[in-house]
Amino acid sequence: MPFINFSKDEIQCKIVYYGAGFCGKTTNLQYIFSQTRDDIKGKMVSIDTKGDRTLFFDFLSLSLGKIRGFDIRVQLYTVPGQVHYDATRKLVLKGVDGVVFVADSLKVQRKKNIESLINLAKNLAEKGVSIRSIPLVIQYNKRDLDGTDSEILPMDILEKDLNSMLKVPSFPASALKGGGVYETLREISKLVVKDVSRKIMLLDKQLK
Amino acid sequence: MNIIITDKDMKKINYCLNKMVASSMAHSVLLIDRSGQLIAHYGNTPEIDILSLSALTAANFGATAEIARMLGEEEFTLLFHKGRSENVYFSAIGEHVIMVTLFDDKTSLGLIRLQINKIIDELSVILSSIFEKGRVKLGESLRSS
Repeated sequence: MPFINFSKDEIQCKIVYYGAGFCGKTTNLQYIFSQTRDDIKGKMVSIDTKGDRTLFFDFLSLSLGKIRGFDIRVQLYTVPGQVHYDATRKLVLKGVDGVVFVADSLKVQRKKNIESLINLAKNLAEKGVSIRSIPLVIQYNKRDLDGTDSEILPMDILEKDLNSMLKVPSFPASALKGGGVYETLREISKLVVKDVSRKIMLLDKQLK
Repeated sequence: MNIIITDKDMKKINYCLNKMVASSMAHSVLLIDRSGQLIAHYGNTPEIDILSLSALTAANFGATAEIARMLGEEEFTLLFHKGRSENVYFSAIGEHVIMVTLFDDKTSLGLIRLQINKIIDELSVILSSIFEKGRVKLGESLRSS
């Protein structure tokens, strides 16, 4: 639900990082927070447990500059990944304009990625939003583990598991080291802004 | 659904918030929507990150609404947090908006509640027209800009 403020010429959008537990959603936000200039970011808020697990959500507000005279501000949220926090995930998804699905490349997490993507589709559908129509980007995280003792899935298997039907933009990434984090953010921001502009133009045409 | 706020809407909202702050002696008032987006803000809060406050407030309200449902209530329409010197009062306005009133010990909870009750009806009218007729307003605004 984008918020268009003609009084301040500002558009506010909500982007949610979704994915299974420990896939790196919070790490994405932490990297963005650590690498962004102070004048364009707000404080990062995290509600987590002592074991570093997100209890409710993380929140970070970023200013993306101007598009067609409007200041674009995005609010980035993460959800708790564990299965039993579904009620919390639904709360965070309220009013979402775009989703980044963070997939864990570890082989042992293969099933959990698929379950989490199905859970996303279900929770969006409950809000009357189709996973096929909302701006969505998939990020294959933890690619830096390639060549280490931890066994990770090749990109084509992950694509087949998660993106064969959706066919949305996808990026390999390492949220810990930063690779692919900005590419993901740039793409989802672009898709969300495009979606908002399309809606504005469509509504304007309908009214003419 | 898009939420569109025109200059005219914002002036009306700010007028109400200004009146609320002046009559209750609260130091600031925020209007946020339930997904955590800040709609308007009036008052003196230079040291508070109001965007984070908005996100946390919406989450807090959402979590409390779930507790209400578990107890068989539709929702709790107000929340109050008391600190040593700072207090926060949250009130639901319709189904989309939450008003957050921040106040210290210069005023009293009674006065705050009284003034909130007075202002809520006025704000409800303005906000429901924004949420219901937002689409029409978007067209008007685009054509006039």
